[in-house]
Amino acid sequence: MAYQVEIRVVPRQGILDPQGKAVEGALTNLGFAGVGEVHVGRLIRIDLDAASIEEAQERAHKMCRQLLANPVTEDYDVQVIEQAETAP
Amino acid sequence: MKIGVVTFPGSNCDYDCYKAAREVLEAETVYLWHGDHDLKGVDALFLPGGFSYGDYLRAGSIASLSPIMNEVRAFADAGGLVVGICNGFQILCEAGMLPGALIRNRSLKFSSKVVHLRVQQSVAPFTSAYEVGQVLRVPIAHGEGCYIAPDEELDLLEAEGGVIFRYCEADGRITEAANPNGSARNIAGIINSGRNVLGMMPHPERAVDELLGSVDGIGLFRSLAEHLVASPSSS
Repeated sequence: MAYQVEIRVVPRQGILDPQGKAVEGALTNLGFAGVGEVHVGRLIRIDLDAASIEEAQERAHKMCRQLLANPVTEDYDVQVIEQAETAP
Repeated sequence: MKIGVVTFPGSNCDYDCYKAAREVLEAETVYLWHGDHDLKGVDALFLPGGFSYGDYLRAGSIASLSPIMNEVRAFADAGGLVVGICNGFQILCEAGMLPGALIRNRSLKFSSKVVHLRVQQSVAPFTSAYEVGQVLRVPIAHGEGCYIAPDEELDLLEAEGGVIFRYCEADGRITEAANPNGSARNIAGIINSGRNVLGMMPHPERAVDELLGSVDGIGLFRSLAEHLVASPSSS
């Protein structure tokens, strides 16, 4: 089965996020009211072939632990969606 | 004595390390390629500065999975001396060979200048040629040099004597103003609990000649050589 995996990696809560702070300042300078804390992370999208959605999730989590997220500084979450069959 | 310098795609201080090892120590020095599995029988290893794999994902993350890192890890596990400078420090943290991580400088700016470092410990194998409290002038050049780790880990590191260099003022005072990147507790360089793996953001290999503006990095190379001569490795 074809799946699309989306992994969101964000700086861990409480860890200095100067990039988020800079964006927060810029948004406030633009006049956007009510802007609180801002955090900047990354989105990783992977086309993945797997036997089941559970297997796809398990492999995605393993990828995060081994490479895609740094356990010291980052949190991540994984979302897996089944790819629709494309019309021939 | 034989020194190895690992070149990753994007390393740019490999020649500086090579030249420092060869000319300061007059040691046989060889380049090691990231894609190989051969350490060529070296007695000590340098992971140099640069931007391996374009700093993609996180600085050092892809390089930490290079083929040669299996051998580097085994070498360190067996007590071999490994020095990671700048990107090399980032690679060692990403590889889990040193605790903590290096994130974006607090200023968000790439910082390239000469800083002052306080030597926290005068111990073999890396800093025996210095005195405790000695202040070194050594350049930095990095965008991701802010060293962080959980507080418990930092406490453990300090308790084990793992902090080797701190950013300081010219007179040795540890101040926030002297911290160029926001590193926790002004930490500039650390060693592992086995005391054979060193990681540091500043560049001692760029401070080995009066022409470069400082010779304060020489002590690190001398310390390492002294240790190797005193206790040659079994390799």
